[in-house]
Amino acid sequence: MNKSPDNGREGEGMRGKPMPSGAQGLAGWFIGEVLPLEPILMQFLHRNWRNQSDIVDLRQEVYARVWSAARKELPQHTKRFVLTTARNLIINRLRDEHVVPIEVIADVDALGAAMDAPGVDQAVIARDELRRLQGALDQLPPRCREAVVLAHVEGLAGHEIAQRMNISRPTVSVHLAQGLRALTSIMYGEDVAREKKP
Amino acid sequence: MIPAPADALEQRAAEWLQQQRYWKDWSPADQAALDAWLEESPNHAVAYWRLAGGLDRTERLAALRPRRAHAVSGFFSALWPVLPKLVAAFAAASVLGGGALVMLNGPHYRDDGLQTYSTGLGGHQIITLADGSQIELNTDTRLRAEITAHRRFVTLERGEAFFQIVHDEKRPFVVQAGGQRITDLGTQFLARRETGRLEVDLVEGKARVDTTGQNARSALLLPGDRAIATANELSVTKKAPHKLQEQLGWRRGVIVFDNATLADAAAELNRYNQQKIVIVGSGVGQLTLNATLPANNVGLFVRSARTLFNLQVENRGNEIVISR
Repeated sequence: MNKSPDNGREGEGMRGKPMPSGAQGLAGWFIGEVLPLEPILMQFLHRNWRNQSDIVDLRQEVYARVWSAARKELPQHTKRFVLTTARNLIINRLRDEHVVPIEVIADVDALGAAMDAPGVDQAVIARDELRRLQGALDQLPPRCREAVVLAHVEGLAGHEIAQRMNISRPTVSVHLAQGLRALTSIMYGEDVAREKKP
Repeated sequence: MIPAPADALEQRAAEWLQQQRYWKDWSPADQAALDAWLEESPNHAVAYWRLAGGLDRTERLAALRPRRAHAVSGFFSALWPVLPKLVAAFAAASVLGGGALVMLNGPHYRDDGLQTYSTGLGGHQIITLADGSQIELNTDTRLRAEITAHRRFVTLERGEAFFQIVHDEKRPFVVQAGGQRITDLGTQFLARRETGRLEVDLVEGKARVDTTGQNARSALLLPGDRAIATANELSVTKKAPHKLQEQLGWRRGVIVFDNATLADAAAELNRYNQQKIVIVGSGVGQLTLNATLPANNVGLFVRSARTLFNLQVENRGNEIVISR
């Protein structure tokens, strides 16, 4: 009597949303449409901002502005919106220095058009990602890599990793957090963006 | 307002995400706390969702994950985290708690204490000897252990094993492999016997390796040393700690390939599996790869190689042929 309704609810709860409803849609849009643009965004920022050590902060701010705006209303053209936000951010920052490179203004449309070009094979992308993932794993410190491999190749949960590696929970957490950051950078093509920098 | 640097934000978001996704004790209260943090600032939200997106992508790269369809390997891999612990705990109990046990039973070494242990292809076994020392056997390995009140002597007949020796000055622990011999001086080491030669990697403590051929040689090994001994030659090199850990990957059920050629990787995998990988065509065997793969999953290895190098794969039952 007690069990069946509970089970039913639990089943639904398992699929439950990590964010309150509404925000989930926003997160889904952000992951599905904004993040895949990261290589273009980074390329744009690298090209238009001299101090390369600011780039990650700029990217973060672009995302935060995009998120805030999209919360009110999702933009119709995501790519144009993201790049325009980046452009405006850079122009605002440069204005303090009284310099606005013309390239910044022209670049949004040029980049946008280039990315509309058809024909990037999905299989090629997957192969490329796999290779980059391998590269990312290889660059991790050995113990960190071990934790990530146990989590993602062997599918172990955190406490199992702690047992297997004979290390404490906080240490596992440190390794996994580090792994998440490194893998995410690779998944969104950070190294590719750097290579293309003029 | 000066926003927090992106680096610090990302670190904070990574801490949240790993708690949520990798651990089984994530509670509704934790989720509420995370929701509140995400609501606090768009900076928090985007840092978190960016990492969540990266994690999703990582997980979608299915080629790197073992198929759960292999029920047997799934079962064993589920057991693995527990098994070594149990054995280790048992060993520790018999050493540390030995005081009481010894009082009751006295040291009880059978003088004919000769035991044979072996594993088949893909096998993996941990044994604890009467003296508390532990031997972990890798695939296709056979050894004889003779533990008596006066001597501890193991003959590695074939294969590879990891030794964790409880030191006893009065009874040195000796591993014999063909004409080569390892004598422990309180130690952990890996020994692998190939035709006509013995490879020893010392992890902890000290050990001596002797060859017993015509030009008998001897070397003292320290942690990180690797000795290769044949009938007449003995060489010692240093090995980086992470290399050594990689070589011990089989203890966790995986093989780590670090810039390995496809030919070497296939030979290594073939040590573990009935179905053998055969590489055909010029240059194919010289392709190099980096990977960490389950030792018992030929299919995953082959799929990865095919994806990485654009190769042809043909399954012929006993063999899988990889070619251009």
